[in-house]
Amino acid sequence: MQDMAGQTAAPTLETFLEGIWKENPVFIHLLGMCPVLAVSNSAVNALSMGLATTFVLVLSNIVVSSIRNLVPSQVRIAMFIMVIATFVTVAEYLLQTISLEIYAALGAYVPLIVVNCIILGRAESFASKNPILPSILDGLGTGVGFIIAIFMMGALREILGSGSLFGVALFGDQFEPWVVMILPSGGFFVLGFILLILAWTQERMKGEAK
Amino acid sequence: MSEAEQKTETPEANPARSGEMIRALVGVAAVSGILISVVFQWTLPAIKANRAEALQKAVFAVIPGVKTVVTFEVTQEGKLVALKEDKEAEEKMYAGYDQQGQLAGVALEAQGQGYQDVIKILYGYNPEKEHVVGINILDSKETPGLGDKIGKDPKFLANFEALDVRLKEDRSGAVHPLEVVKQGTKSKAWQIDSITGATISSKAVGKILNASVPQRLPVVQKNLDTLKEKP
Repeated sequence: MQDMAGQTAAPTLETFLEGIWKENPVFIHLLGMCPVLAVSNSAVNALSMGLATTFVLVLSNIVVSSIRNLVPSQVRIAMFIMVIATFVTVAEYLLQTISLEIYAALGAYVPLIVVNCIILGRAESFASKNPILPSILDGLGTGVGFIIAIFMMGALREILGSGSLFGVALFGDQFEPWVVMILPSGGFFVLGFILLILAWTQERMKGEAK
Repeated sequence: MSEAEQKTETPEANPARSGEMIRALVGVAAVSGILISVVFQWTLPAIKANRAEALQKAVFAVIPGVKTVVTFEVTQEGKLVALKEDKEAEEKMYAGYDQQGQLAGVALEAQGQGYQDVIKILYGYNPEKEHVVGINILDSKETPGLGDKIGKDPKFLANFEALDVRLKEDRSGAVHPLEVVKQGTKSKAWQIDSITGATISSKAVGKILNASVPQRLPVVQKNLDTLKEKP
C-alpha cells in the first residue's frame, strides 16, 4: 500500500517507557479526560477503568497492527472504531462476570471507552504504521501510563474525599471527609493540582539541565 | 501525489478500490460479530449467577432470618405465581423463607425521584406484623457524602427495622402514612428520623415508601396463603 510510509520503530524498552512518562496520555497529552475526571472518585473505580482501557488498548493495537496492510486507508477510521467497539463489548461482559458492583459504578463510562481518544489515537498514530510487537509495547506503555494517572487521581480523591483507600478507612471517626473531592468539581481540582506540580517539576528539571 | 490526482482517488472513481474497502469492512465486522457472540455465550452463565447472587444478597439484607428466596410474578389480575429461574416478569416480589420453610417476609422494589435522580430501593415487609423490616438502596445517584448516607447511615437504616405500615380494614392504604421527621424527634412507629444534611434524600425515601405501600401491600395481604406455602 502506498501509505505505508511513516516511522517504524523497533520493539524497544523506549517504546514502552515513552507512554508512561514522556508521552503520558493524561498528564502530557491531556487525552481521555472524560473517564479520568468522571470515574476517579475512588481507587477501585479508577483502577478498574484503567485496566479495562488498557485491555482494549492493547488488543485493538494488536488487531489494527496485524491487519494494517489489508485495509484501505479511506476506511481505516471506521475499521479502528469497529475493532475498538468489539473489544469494549468484550471488556463489558468480562467486567460483569468479575464484579457487578464495579460495573454499576463505572456505568456509562465503560461503553464510552469506544470513543476514548487515547485508544483511537494510538491506533491511528502508532499501531497502523508499526509491526505487532512494538504496537503491543506501545499499547502497554500508554495503558500503564493511563492507569498510573487515573489511579493517582482516584487514590488522592478517595483519601481526601472519603478518608479511605480501597474502602478501608484510614483515619479515625474524627476525620471529616472533604466531600467536594469526590464530587465532579474535586476531579478538576486534583487534576489541576497534579498538572501544576508536574509542570513545575519539568520546568525545574529543564533549568537544572541548563 | 498532486492535489488534483488525490481528488480522483474517490471510491466512485475507482471501483476496484471500493470493492477492497467493502471486503475489508465486512471482514472486520464479521469477525467482530463472531467474537462478541462467543464471549457473550461464554460469560452469560457467570453474569446470570452474579445477578442472582446480588439479588439474594439484597433480599437477605432487608428481611432478617431468610435462608431461601423465591421470586413471584404479580399477574395482571393481582395473583401471585412462582417464577421459574430465568423468566422475566413486569411486576415481581421476592418471598423470603426461614430455615423451617416459614414465610419470613416479602421484599418489594420501589422507586421514585430523589435529590439527583431516581432512587431505587428494595424493602422488606413482614405481613404478620405489618411492618417494614429493612430497606436496601439498590440504585441512587445522591450526592456522595451527603445524600448517599440514606444507604449507609446505621441510625437512619434503624428507622426501617420495625416501621409501622398497618393497612386500613378495606386495604385502601396505610392507617398512618409514613412521616419523615427531624433527626432525633421520632416518637411514633410510623415516623422516620431524617438525616441532617440529607433532608431531601430522607424525605424522598419516605415518599417512595408511601407511594408503594397502598399499591403493593394489599396484593401481599390478599395472596398471603399463596406466599405461605413455599413452592
